[in-house]
Amino acid sequence: MKKEIGQLSDSSVKLSCRNLWKLYGPFPERFAQESQLRQALNSGREFTALRDINLDIRHGEIFVVMGLSGSGKSTLLRCLTRLVEPSFGEVLLDGAPLTSLDAQGLMNIRRHKMAMVFQNFALLPHLTVAENIGLPLKIRGSDTAEINRVVPEMTALVGLSGMSQRLPHQLSGGQQQRVGLARALAGDPELLFLDEPFSALDPLIRRELQGEVIRLQSRLKKTMIFVTHDFNEAVRLGDTIVIMKDGKVVQTGAPEDIVANPIDDYVGSFVAGVDQTRVISCGRIAIPAKSSAYAVTVDDRAKIVEVADLVANSNGPVGVVDQSGHVSGEIDATTVLRMLASGSRERLAS
Amino acid sequence: MDSIPLRDGGLFRERRFGVAVAIALVLVLISTMVPAAAVYPPAWKLPLGNMLTTALEFLVEHISFITRAIAQVVQAPLVLASGLLANGMEIPFGNTRIELPPLSWAGIAGAVIWAGYYAGGFRLALLQALGCAYLLLFGQWNGAMLTLASVAVCVPVAVISGLLVGVLAHLRPKLNTWLLAPGLDIMQTVPAFAYLIPTLLLFGFGPVAAMIATVIFAMPPMARVTCLALNQTPVEIRELAKMIGCTERQTIWRILLPSVLPSLLVGLNQTVMMTLNMVIVASMIGAGGLGFDVLRALRQLDIDRGFEAGAAIVAIAVMLDRQGVAIAHLARPAEALRSRRWVWIAPIGFIIAMTLLGAEFGWLQNFPRELRFSTGGVLGDAVRWINVNYFDTMEALRVFVLSYLMNPIKIYLTTTPWIITLGFVAIGAYLIAGFRLALLSVFAFGFCLVDGLWDKAMITLYLCLSATVVATLIGIPIAILAARFDGLYRATTVAVEVLQTLPSFVYLIPAVMLFRVGDFAALLAIVAFAITPIIKFTMTALRAVPADLIEAGRSMGCSKSQLDRYILLPIAFPTILLGINQAILFALAMVVITALVGTRDLGQEVYMALTAADPGRGIVAGLGLAFLGIFIDRLFQAGVAGLQRRSHVNDGIGYEPVPSEVK
Repeated sequence: MKKEIGQLSDSSVKLSCRNLWKLYGPFPERFAQESQLRQALNSGREFTALRDINLDIRHGEIFVVMGLSGSGKSTLLRCLTRLVEPSFGEVLLDGAPLTSLDAQGLMNIRRHKMAMVFQNFALLPHLTVAENIGLPLKIRGSDTAEINRVVPEMTALVGLSGMSQRLPHQLSGGQQQRVGLARALAGDPELLFLDEPFSALDPLIRRELQGEVIRLQSRLKKTMIFVTHDFNEAVRLGDTIVIMKDGKVVQTGAPEDIVANPIDDYVGSFVAGVDQTRVISCGRIAIPAKSSAYAVTVDDRAKIVEVADLVANSNGPVGVVDQSGHVSGEIDATTVLRMLASGSRERLAS
Repeated sequence: MDSIPLRDGGLFRERRFGVAVAIALVLVLISTMVPAAAVYPPAWKLPLGNMLTTALEFLVEHISFITRAIAQVVQAPLVLASGLLANGMEIPFGNTRIELPPLSWAGIAGAVIWAGYYAGGFRLALLQALGCAYLLLFGQWNGAMLTLASVAVCVPVAVISGLLVGVLAHLRPKLNTWLLAPGLDIMQTVPAFAYLIPTLLLFGFGPVAAMIATVIFAMPPMARVTCLALNQTPVEIRELAKMIGCTERQTIWRILLPSVLPSLLVGLNQTVMMTLNMVIVASMIGAGGLGFDVLRALRQLDIDRGFEAGAAIVAIAVMLDRQGVAIAHLARPAEALRSRRWVWIAPIGFIIAMTLLGAEFGWLQNFPRELRFSTGGVLGDAVRWINVNYFDTMEALRVFVLSYLMNPIKIYLTTTPWIITLGFVAIGAYLIAGFRLALLSVFAFGFCLVDGLWDKAMITLYLCLSATVVATLIGIPIAILAARFDGLYRATTVAVEVLQTLPSFVYLIPAVMLFRVGDFAALLAIVAFAITPIIKFTMTALRAVPADLIEAGRSMGCSKSQLDRYILLPIAFPTILLGINQAILFALAMVVITALVGTRDLGQEVYMALTAADPGRGIVAGLGLAFLGIFIDRLFQAGVAGLQRRSHVNDGIGYEPVPSEVK
């Protein structure tokens, strides 16, 4: 159900940022020229939250920003939405600079194109589930008929039908975040920003809601920017993951690329906690094909865990075929073992 | 010696302490050698009061036609409310006049009981019924309705203006720091009598002036609560407002204010109680109502009437407060009123029906006189009996407190050369809280000094300090005891809550009845008024001590008193100090009221200015009180903050600072 990298590469860029910096300190909020930025950096009185971030977020992908506390991931999210004003650099939405919009223009973009899901849900305590979900529509001035049409639809979409008249404090944490999701989707935004949406939930509910996001994404195909500190969550949801540390990007790539080739020990320490057989696909570990026809073949996009039984029980190598049906390589039990072992060696080393 | 100051005698080893002692010695020397440094020469007095009076007289002469016109307009709702509730109205109709009776007591009582039932269930309905019964049976209904009319007119004005000021303070933090917050401080600490005089001159003698003074007094808590609640809304809620594209106005009115409605309702309740408090005081200058009844009875030494009217004030205060608290606890008060119209249509209909029926059946219109009863001299006899039979005991108590507590403080404060008192206070403020507060102390005390109010300021301090000492000595043991037992804790909490809603004036009644006018009666009234915050803060702080610390103490084998001494009290100490701070501020506010029973403090100065219609003099004395109050408050706050900084334990739990800057 998740889209593949190959499909995404030719789709258009939705949101991007160029040379994005965020500094906290005793100087102007935004620098017009790079020289001013350098000067501020050299002053030594600043705290740099973001250093020279360049990202391209493609249309319809789940783009995960992963990092630990203080890595700047929340600041990045807020600079992309301009909830926090970046100190230098620009943010481009559909190629148009978001950073040069005036307050009115920004408000319009936020009303019609963006939505956000918050770590602590940010539900208004005095509004019912239905009223919370309908709030963005009300604020943007939609008429009652539209609100009455959209709200039940969204309530049903997140599985909260029958609870629309409850107040937030009468719901469990997971249900509250479902309301948060429904509210974000109610305005039919093109961009969805999720700021550690599941961090405040316990592990079982977290998994359930991750599944919910995957399900919703397969139907709605929004562009999502998802911030998390949980690498497993990043791997499970992300089409692209960017790993941040100290305000800088450490590594960007598809989950599989990162898990297969962590760029340094820092990323490696996250990868060590991941079950590689669930991330790495057959195509990646296949060795060149030695014959042109195999009795048993597997899809090159299939994860190792899915084909493990098949490979173990077959008498020889198993062919790997790409989407068009051509054989692109082969795998056998040894290839799989070697992959697992290499992962473990890294783990031993670190 | 880089130890933390104040600990292990660290302060005494610091150099600034030595400097302070040296300065103090020099001051003592100066005071013995220079007479002007001991007693401030009257010739040096600044004629600030006279200047203010002249300025105000000029103002009155030239703009009073505007203000009197405003008074006429403002008067309309007041006349309407008191007409509906108490006096009845005459409406000119062609050549004749139609006389409209006030609303039927049965209708109003029914509506009040209904409101109680709707918001607080059977128990509150019962309370409201009992309250109405008391007011009716003891003939206090009319006075109570007059008072209620003033409250009903003042509360909306105070609430709306408080809300607007609070929103402004939230939106413009700089304006708040430099103008609004100090302004609110002064509005709350300057005794109302002081600004009653200029309002009287500008708006004329009568209910409107009282109403304006009431609004000035009752608005600040609403403004503070609004600003605080708005400032404390979670960052995420404000980000949400940005992300769904709210304009600034939408953010305030549709997102933030509704989401803090429970806090606002608490503020509303406070405003109602402050309004009531002030309406009682203001009724003495011509608004009429229960306060006036009590004052008249006190002056005539009519103990029964005074007590009955006083109890009516208590009844109405408790009724209003419990109703307000119950409404604040409703799940969705605004929606409940909007969606279920019958909630308010039914009682209004009932009132109209009863009033119409009252035209036919007189007993529905006026509560039958035959049913009324009075304590009929019983109370007066009781008080006389106590005074006759226990005179010796009470006199002994009075003399004991006067000669061993009050007079020493009084003599010390009034005979010490001003330069020593001022210097010592400033040095103390510097050692506790730094240079800025020392400056504030010099300003506050200096203000009283140069305006020739030094002696009165010292008497004020003497009354406040004596009362605070007594209140602390009584209050803290009560609080320790109450904190130990759950049942007692709950009972005390309710008692303190109720006592705090009572208008300050009520506390004077029993004190004067038992001890006649004078410093001791004043002391008792102040203690009774000021003891509630001490009990409340101490009790709450003791109960809030973390359970694991108590368990740690128990596991070491602490006895109950050891637990109090080594664990509970030290941890609760900063909060207890805040309670004492509140008590001093309460005492300062009460001092003005006690001037009614003849103390010679700043309150008396204000009160005499009121009777002499000398606005400048009243304002200067009022400001003197306010500055003293603000200084004491800041001093305690700084001291407590210092204590808390010192005992702050880093919990070591990492947290991620959410970017707080929201565009």
